[in-house]
Amino acid sequence: MAGAVPVVHQEYNYDIVKKFAIAAIVWAVAGMGVGVYIASELAWPFLNFDLEYITFGRLRPVHTSAVIFGFGGNALFATSYYVVQRTCQARLPSDAAANFTFWGWNIAIALGGISYMLGYSQGREYAEPEWPIDLLITVVWVTYFWLYAETLRRRSQPHIYVANWFYMGFILATALLHIFNNLTMPVSLTGMKSYSLFSGAQDAMTQWWYGHNAVGFFLTAAFLGMMYYFVPKQAGRPIYSYRLSIVHFWALVFLYMWVGTHHLHWTAIPDWTSTLAATFSIVLLMPSWGGMINGVMTLSGAWDKLRSDPIMLFMITALSFYGMSTFEGPMMALKSVNALSHYTDWTVGHVHSGALGWVALISFASLYHMIPRLWNTTLYSLRLVYVHFFLATIGIVLYIVAMWVSGIGQGLMLRAFDDYGNLAYTFVESVVFMHWPLVTRALGGAFFLTGMLIMAFNIYKTVSLARRAEAKASAAEAAGLAQA
Amino acid sequence: MFKHETIETNSGLLIVLSLVAMGIGGLVEIVPLFHINDTIEKVEGVRPYTPLELRGRDIYQREGCYVCHSQMIRPFRDEALRYGHYSLAAESQYDHPFQWGSKRTGPDLARVGGKYSNEWHVQHLKAPRSVVPESIMPNYPWLLERSLQYADIADRMRALKKVGVPYSLTKEEYDANVEKFGEDVAKDLDINRAEENLLAEAQKENFDGIPGKLTEMDALVAYLQMLGTLVDFNKYDEGYFVEFR
Repeated sequence: MAGAVPVVHQEYNYDIVKKFAIAAIVWAVAGMGVGVYIASELAWPFLNFDLEYITFGRLRPVHTSAVIFGFGGNALFATSYYVVQRTCQARLPSDAAANFTFWGWNIAIALGGISYMLGYSQGREYAEPEWPIDLLITVVWVTYFWLYAETLRRRSQPHIYVANWFYMGFILATALLHIFNNLTMPVSLTGMKSYSLFSGAQDAMTQWWYGHNAVGFFLTAAFLGMMYYFVPKQAGRPIYSYRLSIVHFWALVFLYMWVGTHHLHWTAIPDWTSTLAATFSIVLLMPSWGGMINGVMTLSGAWDKLRSDPIMLFMITALSFYGMSTFEGPMMALKSVNALSHYTDWTVGHVHSGALGWVALISFASLYHMIPRLWNTTLYSLRLVYVHFFLATIGIVLYIVAMWVSGIGQGLMLRAFDDYGNLAYTFVESVVFMHWPLVTRALGGAFFLTGMLIMAFNIYKTVSLARRAEAKASAAEAAGLAQA
Repeated sequence: MFKHETIETNSGLLIVLSLVAMGIGGLVEIVPLFHINDTIEKVEGVRPYTPLELRGRDIYQREGCYVCHSQMIRPFRDEALRYGHYSLAAESQYDHPFQWGSKRTGPDLARVGGKYSNEWHVQHLKAPRSVVPESIMPNYPWLLERSLQYADIADRMRALKKVGVPYSLTKEEYDANVEKFGEDVAKDLDINRAEENLLAEAQKENFDGIPGKLTEMDALVAYLQMLGTLVDFNKYDEGYFVEFR
């Protein structure tokens, strides 16, 4: 239950966890705000206002970076530092290094966002930051790895808890992906512009090896680490199956790396890579669902909590969306389905059912669980958590249904022929068709953003009330001391 | 008898084994592509970008055009009718980075070259809805207002040369290009003549329709107008390309 007051462990570095947690919320508001804006630009193009800095092409990476690396990244730093310290019963080895990861990471994302608006971009999705920012990210990441590995090494528990395997897997994979995918040749050492080391088909393969594993490790494995700690904690029960979590972990880290090429079906790469990726995508369904079952079944015997605990509601819904999008994904990785879905909004909808449904909801739940414990208080309002839950869920459903209509609709229109064997529709006719789905998508996003704003308000109140109470308590203590 | 406990009580072992598990998939999929020459079709005509086209491509990348436009035609009947012959790996062999894209909010551009006039492109980029009323593309009026920066064009070509694009600096490299691409193309690939080549092409073609002024529009239209035009598909039998798939 969210209201439970925990024991404060002063020996842990909670200060860094607090910073990352607040930053996650700030980036979520900013990133989702930009998301709703660019969604509106597609529905009503006048919103581009002839300003180069805010055209869809330049703002879209601002949105993706702010939500994936800003919101998601900060939530992962916060929860991973919290989980690793608590499950290892060891403090992070260096406060200075931890602070460096905080400032380094957040400055990198802010600089990235500003640079895309100014027109600096590597032109590869989710890897848009130019080389100076990439270097900063690399240094931050190596520091993060060191902090994490060193805390694991200093643990006072013999076993490394399963959540830490997933977090460690995510840190390792992200390092590999980031470094290899961002190998570029700068035009000059004083400028931002660079050219990718790879070209054409090889560049595409490297990029989508990166791109899909950014989903697989950044947006999945790491958030599973979150799930493996916070779901059992919130449910007050041990994880359903220890054995399943072992199978889940090894199968997931092994299989994800094979599937990136399903983003390149029917393109100018050899067929065998495409077939291999499709095959492994289907196989990946099994560990994904194994993990989902492991999370959901942790609640067995405590299902009544769904009626009384909105945080549990967030968690179980997140796991349901995880199950749904890891089913949809392998299906879209089939070449025949992909022929229709690729290049359309169906893909965008699929990403968001994972990103909003799984990643964001499990993060919200973890933050709602963790923040009161960090500040040694209770949430300002549980009712607002319910309101947030319903706004978010309605928003996701509107979003993904709109994208199914838009994506499948456009896919079917573009491959339709008339009785004489000519194309039945021009491209722009499919654009006209997509208008209402795009409006509905923007509306869904607005619902989700509203829920996020309510969360930000709730957390702001929680933290400021806790601070005030703390100030009052220490004043009373000081007064007591003065009297004595 | 092996126990998983061995791994979960040893953080170093956990890290090493995780890396091994992750490494296999990526290695199997990507590494062969760097060694098998068969992944790129041997076709005539594909050449690196001229200096002006290169600046146009940089602008294409700067504006994030790849976010809404693909440059990769798939081997389907509808795409053949709408866009033309499916894209070959050879056609993007000099593309650092690739711009195949992943989403068609607008149509594919892999073979847009030559389909519309320069005037159409200029008007369309300035105000898309003035030529396609239903379009949802942003206006790009600044392309026509802003002078093209080309002072570092040689540096850009040098950087691309370092990653494998056959731009030439020495006499030998130039001669090799003459051999490979013919003299006209080889001249355009000469880094020593980058600036004069860029200015000459802009002056000759006057893509933006404003005589005597070199704008970003010149470069971008130059790039768009050459997209997908390099390979003459009449020269090849369809069965030939399939061998590389």
